[in-house]
Amino acid sequence: MSAVMPRSQTIKHELVGLVGIVERNVYLTKRYFLWDVAFLLWTIANTLTIVFIARGVNVPVSQQNALATKFLVGGVIWAFLGIIFEIVTETVAWERWEGTIEYTFMAPVSRPVHLFGMGVYAFFYGILRATILFFAVVAFIGIHLHHPNYGAALALLAIASISFIGIGMMCAVLPLISPEKGMQLGFIAQGLMLVVSGVYYSVSVLPHWMQWISKVSPATYALRGNRAQILNGAGLAWADVWPLLVIGVVSIPLGLVTFRAGERFAKKHGKLKRSG
Amino acid sequence: MYAVEVHNLRKEFVRRDSRLHRRRRVALKDVTFTIERGECVAILGQNGSGKSTLVRLLSTLLIDDGGSAKIFGHDAFKDTRPVRRLVNRVSVEASFFKKMSAAENLAYAARFYGMTPKVTRHAIPEILERVGFPADRRGEAMEHLSRGMQQKVALARALLTSPVLLLLDEPTTGLDPRSKLEVQDFIREMRTLHDATILLCTHDMKEAEDLADRVGLLDRGELLFLEPVENVKRRFGVDTLEEAFFAATGRTFEQEDEEDRDREVFA
Repeated sequence: MSAVMPRSQTIKHELVGLVGIVERNVYLTKRYFLWDVAFLLWTIANTLTIVFIARGVNVPVSQQNALATKFLVGGVIWAFLGIIFEIVTETVAWERWEGTIEYTFMAPVSRPVHLFGMGVYAFFYGILRATILFFAVVAFIGIHLHHPNYGAALALLAIASISFIGIGMMCAVLPLISPEKGMQLGFIAQGLMLVVSGVYYSVSVLPHWMQWISKVSPATYALRGNRAQILNGAGLAWADVWPLLVIGVVSIPLGLVTFRAGERFAKKHGKLKRSG
Repeated sequence: MYAVEVHNLRKEFVRRDSRLHRRRRVALKDVTFTIERGECVAILGQNGSGKSTLVRLLSTLLIDDGGSAKIFGHDAFKDTRPVRRLVNRVSVEASFFKKMSAAENLAYAARFYGMTPKVTRHAIPEILERVGFPADRRGEAMEHLSRGMQQKVALARALLTSPVLLLLDEPTTGLDPRSKLEVQDFIREMRTLHDATILLCTHDMKEAEDLADRVGLLDRGELLFLEPVENVKRRFGVDTLEEAFFAATGRTFEQEDEEDRDREVFA
């Protein structure tokens, strides 16, 4: 009996699979809605603790405003990246916790489509949360924004997300290797990336060797570009776009290869199961 | 072409006890057997005998350490994509997203098999009705359903994707007698109405005898025999499969030692 399908049918099959992954995440978000609201409130409180620092600095109000916006963009990117990493990493972690991992990993959907589906949902959910976070903090603190270019900021975040998802895929493999601690290692990767990318400060204040590392971090360009777009109403700058595209083109295949290697390891050692 | 063709299949697991010390446990030792299309084969075995490892290998969830396994001619380790389209399974744990409803869980599984929302809108209620799942509980979270009810949804999930090979890993373990009979009826229906080939791994000897054309005994990773029940009884000159197990292994079926339990943890 042959189960080999024609190419057009395979593509349709894969697209339906991708829809299924996004749809499942929507179902789960609906079911955990109040928890998500609580988590969002925590994120808002967390971001406020950073942005309020600007209010305490002894500088003119206009400079306070710029500093608060700078901190706010850092906080929003931190939260956005956190969601991307969390959801993509949950490709394994959540399925293992629920006990569905074996059914999902034996299903006839390719792994790139599976991971991409998680990435697509993570992007849209991350953007929604980032938007609520941004405007909640702006309203709470009373930051005055002069002609911010939201369209360009959104477009840059979308481009940066390609790299974020690629790096997220690399982190998603960690719960396959270590069911107990793998997920937490994803948070470490997130923190390390942001510390070298100038999350609440300019990259220029970093030691020289860290500045070199910042050049290969997509968050560096997302932060720099988003700050210019929100503070000065700047458009999409090619200087930010091309490094993000290059990192994205490298990180997605690298993420897939890493995940494939991790999956192979898990299958070899019997770790692809609910109890770990 | 055989539905399943397993030749000298071997799997071992390695666990690290300490930084320097590793332990190896052979889960399957050169297992060889075939299953004809439309046949129902039961593999009996104690805890840790290698039944689940066999199912996981055939489900493409494990990579072998030797030998080969083919599903309808497709290599289960190298040609996984077509294998996955042909196979589905029901295991001892129902395994669902607990906060999601039966209908949502089935929709999720169905999408992986290319079933669009337009198709599942009708197919899911129909299938749930066929397995006797109450219509008014379709939207209820899985965590509120009994174990028997969850297993019905697991059967519906398997049926929904029309598998040609159905791997059943202790599907009735822990079920009440009524649910157990319903699941067994469903297995018969899968064979007669859907021409499915079935590999049933169980430690319920009566279930194996009632449902299967041939019964195999997997003991500590070795397949001791695989033949019709009557042949087994004749060969060992016994009246029951329990006695056949004792004659083949020198142990009673219930008798499990530390090594068996250790083997279970390893696999």
